[in-house]
Amino acid sequence: MTAPAIPIPASRTAGGRARARMDRYGTLVEAWLRGHTLLVYLFLYLPIVVVVVFSFNGTARRVTQWDGFSLRWYEYVLGNKEVQRDLLNSLIVGVSTAIISTIIGTMAALGLQRAPKWFRLPFDALTYVSVIVPELVIALATLVFFASTIGRDGIVTAVTGREFGFGFHTIVPALSLFNISLVLLLVRARLSGMDRTHVEASFDLYGTPWRTFWQITFPQLLPAIVAGFLLSFTFAFDDYLITTFVNGPGTTTMPLYVFGQIKRGVTPATNAVAAIMLLITLSVLLAGQLLTRRRGGGGRDASVAGMIAEQGA
Amino acid sequence: MTSQAAADRPNAVTTGRWRSRFFTGALIAPAALWYVVLLVSPIVLVIVFSFGTRNRTGGYTPGFTFDNYAAAIKSPDPFLTSLFLSTFGTILCLLVGLPLAYFIATRARKRKALLIVLLVIPFWTSFLIRTYAWLLILGQDGVAGFVQDLTGNTSFRILGTEPGVLLGLVYGYLPLMVFPLYVTLERMDRALVEASKDLGAPRWSTFRQVTLPIALPGLITGSILVFIPMMGEYVIPQLLGFGQVYTIGNALYLRFLEARNWPSGAAMGVGLILIMLVVVTVYVWFTNRGRTVRDVSVV
Repeated sequence: MTAPAIPIPASRTAGGRARARMDRYGTLVEAWLRGHTLLVYLFLYLPIVVVVVFSFNGTARRVTQWDGFSLRWYEYVLGNKEVQRDLLNSLIVGVSTAIISTIIGTMAALGLQRAPKWFRLPFDALTYVSVIVPELVIALATLVFFASTIGRDGIVTAVTGREFGFGFHTIVPALSLFNISLVLLLVRARLSGMDRTHVEASFDLYGTPWRTFWQITFPQLLPAIVAGFLLSFTFAFDDYLITTFVNGPGTTTMPLYVFGQIKRGVTPATNAVAAIMLLITLSVLLAGQLLTRRRGGGGRDASVAGMIAEQGA
Repeated sequence: MTSQAAADRPNAVTTGRWRSRFFTGALIAPAALWYVVLLVSPIVLVIVFSFGTRNRTGGYTPGFTFDNYAAAIKSPDPFLTSLFLSTFGTILCLLVGLPLAYFIATRARKRKALLIVLLVIPFWTSFLIRTYAWLLILGQDGVAGFVQDLTGNTSFRILGTEPGVLLGLVYGYLPLMVFPLYVTLERMDRALVEASKDLGAPRWSTFRQVTLPIALPGLITGSILVFIPMMGEYVIPQLLGFGQVYTIGNALYLRFLEARNWPSGAAMGVGLILIMLVVVTVYVWFTNRGRTVRDVSVV
């Protein structure tokens, strides 16, 4: 750095200049971070917007050629017997999976607190395996399992002489595997962050375990339970892979219908069906977010989103 | 049962303990049953099937042969394609996800919760539909057509190529990378960054020597969470790759649902599980390096 020829204020000296340069880099970096974040969110939401916009397309021919706003494809789709049946099937699968997973997952989370360590370790390992294993592995393994027990050549079929085959009774248990673990993890995270003083106070006041649970523990766990229920519902409602492996005659769900449509060639009706599916899951998630947002105790974010983000750690 | 009441009647202590044990068992039993029946035994069955042979009707004949594994090793293309796509997909997720997580954790202040919600919502919304949307965006009437008009290169395609599938993978799994990164960065002590700045360290050095080491656990967890499902992905290569980008997912789907060669598919499935096990083992080893207490969290 050459010596300045004329006296300049301290802020313009070498150190000051370096800081000024750093600040200029600083604003650049800040701008880049902002721009990057904005672009990522656009990237995440663009497909959703595209599907919804094109579902209002009045065209009769090409899906992506805009031909005026119209609700004709919604009318067409909602009047379609096949779509009605598949939508109903998806709702049946979604609701029953959510009920089973929420009850079993919550029970397991409560029981695990009191379980001995030799049991907890392998159980936890299985929980993590069921969450992290690729869906495809679960799908093909459950197919092999059901085929060799209640399928045509299965053991149960050979013993009882009655073939149970595939249907809701194979789809729902297969989908519940992942979701039980999901509910278990959500409820357990909430349990471990729970304030024990109220429970102890209840016991000190001679509250029975049963009443203590329903009046103290359960209300505090409710956000996690609600979140688990809604996430299980959307997972099961939207699932393609497991369902396509273990579904049976007459239990085609919406994702299977949409996938078939895409393979056969997309029509404007496909977009309407897709938009309806998006609408259902989005409203369920938003409802869950609003329901759980205000309930949280302590400093932690008890909303659905907050709990999922916490699980990532 | 309160401890006071129990102490008065010694006999009640053991009764109470047994009742409590029974109760605990009853709470866990359904979940344990699910894990044993629908996770452990199916995977054991797949392993058994992988050593068997296919009978003429497409069923399974018991046997003990390594032919299925030999066949899988002889044509490793789907494995290599999936490994390539998952590795690049993970790196891309990291490059896109790290600045995003950093921004949300350190710059977003009051909007933190909102930004996380906005990240969670699409992630839990119809994976299939969101992937399908890219068919419209990247197709002939979308980006590919636009680039064709612009450059005059009529053979330009995105769908049916590896970059197209990669885009879908990054799109689908990015949030799984961002969540753990966000959590580790959010817990970071900002005073460390300030200290580094006060000591005159340039931004890049601060990032490399302070922020990155702190974010490392989240970075590794995120990479695992993204890499493993990418390895077993079927929907994205099928829809955006038109089945021309042939991954393990495509090969397994074909063997199980179309060609009905279950023993061959089972061997490939075991291969996929083995890759997964290796990845997780390396992860556990890496996170426990130099630690005496084993404290592993995969998720």
